[in-house]
Amino acid sequence: MIETSHLSFTIGDSQILRDVSLSILPGVVTGLIGPNGAGKSTLLHCLAGLTEPSSGHVRIDGQDPFTARDDDRARMVAFLQQSPTTVSRLRVEELVAFGRWPHHRGRPGPEDAEQVAKALDAFDLEELAGRPIETLSGGQKQRAFVAMTYAQDTPWILLDEPLNALDPRHARNLMARLATLANEEGRSIAVVLHDINAAARWADQIVAMKDGQVLAHGASRDVLTSDTLYACFDTPFDTVPHAGRKLVVAT
Amino acid sequence: MTGIGAKITGLSLVLATLVFGFMLWGLRGPTGFILELRAIKLVSLICVGAAAGAATVLFQTVARNQLLTPGIVGFDALFVLIQTLLVAVLGGIGTAQLPAALRFALETGVLMLAASLLFGSLLRRDASDITRMILTGVIVGVLLRGLSSMVQRLLDPSEFSIVQQAMFASFGQVDAGQLVIAALTLLAAFALAMRLAPMLDVAALGRQTARGLGVPYDSLMLITLLIVAAMISISTALVGPITFLGLLCASLARLWLDTHRHAVLIPASALIGALTLVSGQFVFERLLHSESALAVVVEFFGGLLFLILVLRKAKT
Repeated sequence: MIETSHLSFTIGDSQILRDVSLSILPGVVTGLIGPNGAGKSTLLHCLAGLTEPSSGHVRIDGQDPFTARDDDRARMVAFLQQSPTTVSRLRVEELVAFGRWPHHRGRPGPEDAEQVAKALDAFDLEELAGRPIETLSGGQKQRAFVAMTYAQDTPWILLDEPLNALDPRHARNLMARLATLANEEGRSIAVVLHDINAAARWADQIVAMKDGQVLAHGASRDVLTSDTLYACFDTPFDTVPHAGRKLVVAT
Repeated sequence: MTGIGAKITGLSLVLATLVFGFMLWGLRGPTGFILELRAIKLVSLICVGAAAGAATVLFQTVARNQLLTPGIVGFDALFVLIQTLLVAVLGGIGTAQLPAALRFALETGVLMLAASLLFGSLLRRDASDITRMILTGVIVGVLLRGLSSMVQRLLDPSEFSIVQQAMFASFGQVDAGQLVIAALTLLAAFALAMRLAPMLDVAALGRQTARGLGVPYDSLMLITLLIVAAMISISTALVGPITFLGLLCASLARLWLDTHRHAVLIPASALIGALTLVSGQFVFERLLHSESALAVVVEFFGGLLFLILVLRKAKT
């Protein structure tokens, strides 16, 4: 479980996170939703142990990510930032292999090669394996980075807006793949999403944020109500039952 | 052997051939004496070329920009200021009488200290803000040039000519004692850079991604900048400032070897740097019997390449 207690983060006079205390359950997909500037990405950075909060604590399965060694932390939690930058001449399989860095630290073995092959297969990247990253489309690039995060083989995977630049087919496939990772491999996934219907369809738990605070937190069906969504986005929404989940429509 | 391995071997073989040519072409007269002079010049050319090439690849990774060279953050300007101050304080004769090893140690030490202070303080303040660090370097460079220029106005013409000599790279006046220290330090810096090469490949993805993968990004960048500082300081103190040689080498290495891997780019860029200087000096000295300043020609072509790269980038 990832737990935060009284987490706050301030830059200058701006308070980005205000007294955030929550528990993120293991083995499920948790969606973080909220308007721009709600503090979702900052919270994800804090959960990953990459941005130290101004006050409060984070514990990942009981461990403090800020006191853990860099490679220990990277074997505990994989993090993919929003719009990651690339390196020219870097090939897809090399990027995915970077995910194995915390395990081999520059000396890859057969197990690392297996994990890279598994990640390429899991995200339909085998045909693109030899292509330089800069020749890929935005969506293909995004998939390659998610595959790198998967190859890191950590119990926790935190993704900041991974559906950016993905077409509906690849967005659906990616979310389905993440749900499978949670259901079949027991991975714990927290993902920042702007598409509320993607959150409604694929997330088991939802954290709704606004102005640096957690507005609501719980099972998707409980959080995704017209009232909560209105309070979160200041926009009216209708929720329609669809295939056992909710469909959210802005009205 | 892989394509990259074959290319690196090819570069090494061409350099080895050039080394033989440089040492033995047109050898006559007191061979022992001439060979010693040629060996000193050859080793200094190889050291400076390799240092500029390797340091630029490392610096570009830290700066995350393949158009930059360490010269941009004011190394050259600081070197010229040190020379100017030495002449201003000790006078022309006093500077000339300074033991060569002491002068070399002083110049290298001050350059490394200044680089460490600049990079160290900026990295401590905000490790992610490389752009600010570079901009600060550029501003510091302008300030140092201004200071040098102001002090130079106070010098008499004979003293100014001594400073002027130091403002352009010269391979003709390298001291053998300095060279041994410089070569050993460069070898150590090069070995450390090669050890860090796989980690630098990951670090090239940027601070957040690299840290997420368990790379101690901030300390890695600081160590890499210190290696760059050591390489450039030694090379500058040895022969004088060469701004664009590194850019030439790093760009050619990336273009020819088509890889992002530091374990390949660092040695390749170093080899190209050594090759450029040794071949250039060989052509000037042995074939054209000219005493033209090689550094000026290298700067010309390096500068031209810089413009082409900037214009190409602007187009794309």
